[in-house]
Amino acid sequence: MTLRMPEPDASVLARREGIVAALRRIVPEGVIAEAELLRAYESDGLTAYRQPPMVVVLPETVDQVSAVLAYCLGEGVKVVPRGAGTSLSGGALPLADAVLLSMAKFNRVLAIDYADRLAVVQPGVINLAITQAVEGAGFYYAPDPSSQIACTIGGNVAENSGGVHCLKYGLTTNNVLGVELVLMDGSVVRVGDGTLESAGLDLLGIVVGSEGLLGVVTEVTVRILPRPESARALLIGFPTVVGAGHCVAQVIAEGIIPAGMEMMDRPAIHAAEAFVQVGYPLDVEALLIVELDGPEAECDALSAEVERIALANGAVNCRISQDEGERLAFWKGRKAAFPAVGRLAPDYYCMDGTIPRRRLPEVLERMDVLSQQYGLGVANVFHAGDGNLHPLILYDANQPGELERAEAFGNDILRLCVEVGGVLTGEHGVGVEKRDLMSTMFDEVDLAHQQRLKCAFDPELMLNPGKVFPQLHRCAELGRVHVHGGETRFPELPRF
Amino acid sequence: MGSVNAMRPTSEGELVEIIGAAGGAGARLRIRSGGSKDGVGAASSAGVLDMSGFSGIVDYDPSELVLTAHAATPLSDVMAAVAAEGQALAFDPFDHAPLFGHAPGAATLGGVIAGNVSGPRRLARGAARDHLLGFVAVSGRGERFIGGGKVVKNVTGYDLPKLMAGSWGRLAALTELTVKVLPRPRTAAMLRIHGLDAAAAVAAMAQAMGSPADVAAARHVPEGKSGPAVTELLIDGFPASVSARLGALADLLVGAVGSARIETIAADASAWPALDLVRDMPSEHALWKVSLRPSAAPGFVAQAEALGAQWAMDWAGGLVWVAIDDTTTRVRDLAVMEGGHAALMRAPDVLRAAVPAFQPAPTEVAALEERVRRAFDPLGVFETGRF
Repeated sequence: MTLRMPEPDASVLARREGIVAALRRIVPEGVIAEAELLRAYESDGLTAYRQPPMVVVLPETVDQVSAVLAYCLGEGVKVVPRGAGTSLSGGALPLADAVLLSMAKFNRVLAIDYADRLAVVQPGVINLAITQAVEGAGFYYAPDPSSQIACTIGGNVAENSGGVHCLKYGLTTNNVLGVELVLMDGSVVRVGDGTLESAGLDLLGIVVGSEGLLGVVTEVTVRILPRPESARALLIGFPTVVGAGHCVAQVIAEGIIPAGMEMMDRPAIHAAEAFVQVGYPLDVEALLIVELDGPEAECDALSAEVERIALANGAVNCRISQDEGERLAFWKGRKAAFPAVGRLAPDYYCMDGTIPRRRLPEVLERMDVLSQQYGLGVANVFHAGDGNLHPLILYDANQPGELERAEAFGNDILRLCVEVGGVLTGEHGVGVEKRDLMSTMFDEVDLAHQQRLKCAFDPELMLNPGKVFPQLHRCAELGRVHVHGGETRFPELPRF
Repeated sequence: MGSVNAMRPTSEGELVEIIGAAGGAGARLRIRSGGSKDGVGAASSAGVLDMSGFSGIVDYDPSELVLTAHAATPLSDVMAAVAAEGQALAFDPFDHAPLFGHAPGAATLGGVIAGNVSGPRRLARGAARDHLLGFVAVSGRGERFIGGGKVVKNVTGYDLPKLMAGSWGRLAALTELTVKVLPRPRTAAMLRIHGLDAAAAVAAMAQAMGSPADVAAARHVPEGKSGPAVTELLIDGFPASVSARLGALADLLVGAVGSARIETIAADASAWPALDLVRDMPSEHALWKVSLRPSAAPGFVAQAEALGAQWAMDWAGGLVWVAIDDTTTRVRDLAVMEGGHAALMRAPDVLRAAVPAFQPAPTEVAALEERVRRAFDPLGVFETGRF
């Protein structure tokens, strides 16, 4: 592991037995401390990094969560929260001297309110299970990360997860109306009351996407939406990536916001077709999947418009799904793209930068050059509508030095994203993966303003340390204010 | 405006100096640009930090769906620039000036964001906070910092833009904002139902919102001076889609609303002013903005009426504007009993001085909010006594 994590606290490790016993008194049926069982928790979806936790606790009640956190704060024990462990950025990577707090037993849908179009669920509920709970009444939960059959809503709140439909329907933050949150001192607070406006400061807005650093979410109120009447997909092949990029820009410029708009490059197309055989064209450089939803009349009208725009931008083939089976087939290759690319090499490393779309051709060209320099292949899948790139770097962890090369290649790609006006992560989170790159986007003053928020929630820095921020500054140090001297250019300032 | 103790920086450097100096001097600063929301909150003797020097659109690329502007850019300039490209702000803003008897046109983009001002389409399209992508600001520490980014999809670091939206000048002085824009709907139409009572109106709006008709806005005005009760549902989008959805919605509701009369009306896509709902409410009364779950709205308005209040619903019942000749917090207490909260938007000075504009939070949340404010403003430069 090339990554530096906070040095384990020897005094905590020395007290491990007592800590485990105390945790067993709080959660009698949910403490795992046996070395061979801890192995199951040693990594999340970012499997390059592994570290068994000191102990795993699986609470079942809010009172237990509160008691565990308060105990850990008192004993100086760090806590890493975990949902399903599908994070692609190492957000749930354990620490050797920390409690891993698994929310897996918080798995109930508590209430569904169709009149107000919301559902109240526990954080361990699987993303797709929310949709399954409400689909009988014609509703669904919109954010659909590709891990939606496994990831939990609590993890989605922590990471502000997206998905292929967030171009039109927003990220998690746009679909959550309230949470119950336990702070590190054990206090239980509610932010957001299920209405459309915050009563005070928008604390809900910063809790969503805070990567488990601010508190442990014990209940989530989400917005549910009526399922659109119909959906249709277009599968469009282009001889050049540039043509596909122009098509995407023109679709949006003409006033169409598709429900989803995905792009794959040649290596990704070939890998996906070899894996699922759904009839993707193999003689093109870029493939677009454009999904439209709404009434039949809208899908008819807009699919004709998108086809016209595609052909005007040099598309060499364009198929419009004729039924639900065909629409799902178009998606099947895209949804299987990660495992499909995974068959091209022993390992792959999935990146997640966002760029202004107009810079796409240049970014892909420079990625090609980097690919040659590092001697590692790369396949691209791309949320084309919102500029969110997922380059998949191919490597073999068993070859000495290849993991390090893959990481260096990935870091260069993310630096490139920032250089062209984009950001380090569109939906996977910073975690440990992009932690040390934060300074490419934010200077020290910017980062200090973010870290002081952390201090407002968790002043001892006990929750999920080592994630998101490249350096852990003590809160007292961050809180110092440099007061300007007596002389001021602004004598007109009113004094109090 | 021309007040003796107003400071008007024209660069970030000057702004940093002013705020830093205020901190050192123990001074307080009230951030202001267009002044359209001066009437919200208690009167304050804090010095005015006039942000109007930060004006103008910085960057706008329609096909990227992103616009960057200085904070004091007039809202009307921003809306005209995006309209010229067939687009609109992704949220539905409005100008508070008419609410306080001033001519429209005073609101700035920064004020709209700082107040998280969202109009009728907030129901379906999201609030201002949902579409603020990034910002540049100077915090109460007198330090320039940025948050968010300039692309439509970004989860890098804490989502500070959400916190800045709706912070009402209590954390930082915003200088530059990046917001999301979207194509402007090509057409719109409205379905109007006559004669429903509050419970039937909320039920009809819930049924509409729970259908695939993709209703953009839904409001209800009870019987009053301006005539019989009307419930209105706005649908916008592509022409073929709008007529299909309008037809489906009329079919759906015709059975539900019994003998009430339903009519369909072509509507201009832009003409659904938020403040129409409060136009006829007496300006000398307290005006509350009440947030509720829609299903709680009928019970709430029945109790508010019993207190002598006038009301109108937006956001399918999720927002109730209440005007009342009353100097107590009874409306707010009712909102809390119904699981929601209430903001005091317009009131006589004496009431504004006595009652906080925003709902006081429970103790532990209030303590957390206080720590968050101190994180950005440790010396209380922006604690003006206004909120």
